[in-house]
Amino acid sequence: MSAFSPARPVARFEPAVMRRKFTGTLFYGACLAAIGLLLLTLVALLVDVFVRAAPWLDVGFLTGVPSSRPARAGILPAMVGTFEIGIIVGVLTFPIGVAAAIYLAEYASDSRLNRLLQTNISNLAGVPSIIYGILGLALFVRALAMGPTILAAALTLSLLILPVVIIASIEALKAVPQAQREGAYALGASRWQMVSRSVLPAAAPGIMTGIILAMARAIGEAAPLILIGAFTFVTFLPNPISGQYTVLPIQIYGWAQRPQADFQGISAAAIVVVLGLMLVLNGLALIVRVRLSRHIQW
Amino acid sequence: MTSPAISLAHRRPIGERIIERLLFLAAALGVVTTIGIIAVLAFETYEFFLEVSPIEFFTGTRWSALIKPQSWGVLALISGTLLVSAIALLIAIPLGLLAAVLLAEYATPRARNVIKPILETIAGVPTIVLGFFGLNFIAPQILRPLLGTDNIGVFSALNGGIVVGILVTPLIASISEDAMRAVPRGMREGAFAMGATKFEVVRKVVFPAAISGIMASIILAMSRAIGETMAVVLTVGTKPQFTFDPTESVQTMTAFIVQISIGETAQGSVEYRSLFAVGATLFLMTFVLNLLSGWVVRRFRTAY
Repeated sequence: MSAFSPARPVARFEPAVMRRKFTGTLFYGACLAAIGLLLLTLVALLVDVFVRAAPWLDVGFLTGVPSSRPARAGILPAMVGTFEIGIIVGVLTFPIGVAAAIYLAEYASDSRLNRLLQTNISNLAGVPSIIYGILGLALFVRALAMGPTILAAALTLSLLILPVVIIASIEALKAVPQAQREGAYALGASRWQMVSRSVLPAAAPGIMTGIILAMARAIGEAAPLILIGAFTFVTFLPNPISGQYTVLPIQIYGWAQRPQADFQGISAAAIVVVLGLMLVLNGLALIVRVRLSRHIQW
Repeated sequence: MTSPAISLAHRRPIGERIIERLLFLAAALGVVTTIGIIAVLAFETYEFFLEVSPIEFFTGTRWSALIKPQSWGVLALISGTLLVSAIALLIAIPLGLLAAVLLAEYATPRARNVIKPILETIAGVPTIVLGFFGLNFIAPQILRPLLGTDNIGVFSALNGGIVVGILVTPLIASISEDAMRAVPRGMREGAFAMGATKFEVVRKVVFPAAISGIMASIILAMSRAIGETMAVVLTVGTKPQFTFDPTESVQTMTAFIVQISIGETAQGSVEYRSLFAVGATLFLMTFVLNLLSGWVVRRFRTAY
């Protein structure tokens, strides 16, 4: 048989272009359907929450305290608790998280110890939040005798989001080009001068964005705080170091557990407040990123 | 007169060395946290096992901590947890991977600007909000009308699974998208040059090349699903039972920990210690999964 004989092709090849393209179109359709379904879910969630919340959202709700009568209930103690925790968490995680990231990204040699530190932080980021609650309960509430207070809650949440802050900050530091460091060294800078005056300002937008988003995560967390003794019925403004406290997600949980529709309504209203807070924080992250990176070009 | 020689290899100033020490301490705090978690869980779990036999704990299928007679078969909680996680993954794997393919392969930059925020918003919603959505929307508006109110209650493993599925979808989508984007352009172009259609390029070139990242994303999603708490607490109920029927009400390990924490349980009682034993089991499961995902990335990664 000659090589030019088409009688028996060596390999069976059927182009079937139409059919293959049709399969491709079906697949593309499936991709679009998946995104459509996710969008639909998100819209359903937001519409459902807003419709339920609408009759309850008023000034009295924002300035009132919890009550056994939904019409008179408010979320001021929960908002104050959330703000207090947010501030403490921010003040603690910002310096520690950035310092740890600087060590791992700029100082650490490739030694075994440093690799262990690095692996340990990525493992911590995968530990369920409720486990941090168990740690906080045993360590801060009991062993250090802080009791179930805002301070114990804030320390627990700080440990929870530190790995997130560190990982985001390392990413931001690693994104700074090597030339930036060499330039500083060439001018005679020491390592700390190089880091603090050259690399850190350049990485600031990324670091700040990471911290703000981590704060949003801390504010939305409820699971660890259930172990740290957050209450759902606190009718006074919480004191950071003593006494009972509550935060928005715990308040949402407490009301959502009640079967009555009215309590579901005020729970939804509190959700709207939390989502509003998230929106503000995300907007802030966006502004910080745009503002701080305006002068950075490479 | 000779000036003192300037040594370029001088000792680093003391300030520099102190700064480095301080930075190191910050990084080492993570190790202290890890040791703290393990120590707390190990100590209280040990105390728990002085009162309850580990054999009963790990092989029993009936869990009853608050109602006498007490029974400590953690398999009832583990099965509930795995059932919810399995349903969540059945939802999140197809949705997340299709979204990832759309973002990495099909979407124009403008379309990305629409799709990315949808996923990021879902990822940013506090999980208690998703629990609320499951309780007030998915169960009464979708599941119960669809399956019949006699067949499924307000609380079910299916409801919890759907909610957790929604919650871990962005995780699978974003890690898988990164993995697919890391596949070099030349590989796609090679396949196109041989006459492959876009779908064939995705299925036979991009997908196999990105498989390590995709598998890692799925394992991480599973770990996240197992540890998820607030979304589950409001949707699966409080009935620990060894079942694989998704329409049943179950209790997950996390939901049990919450139940014990809100209740009036005396410190030092066996119920109180069971919280730590369940926590240790949960920690071990997620820890193994997290290690596995790291191993998968290293083992199956093909560098280009």
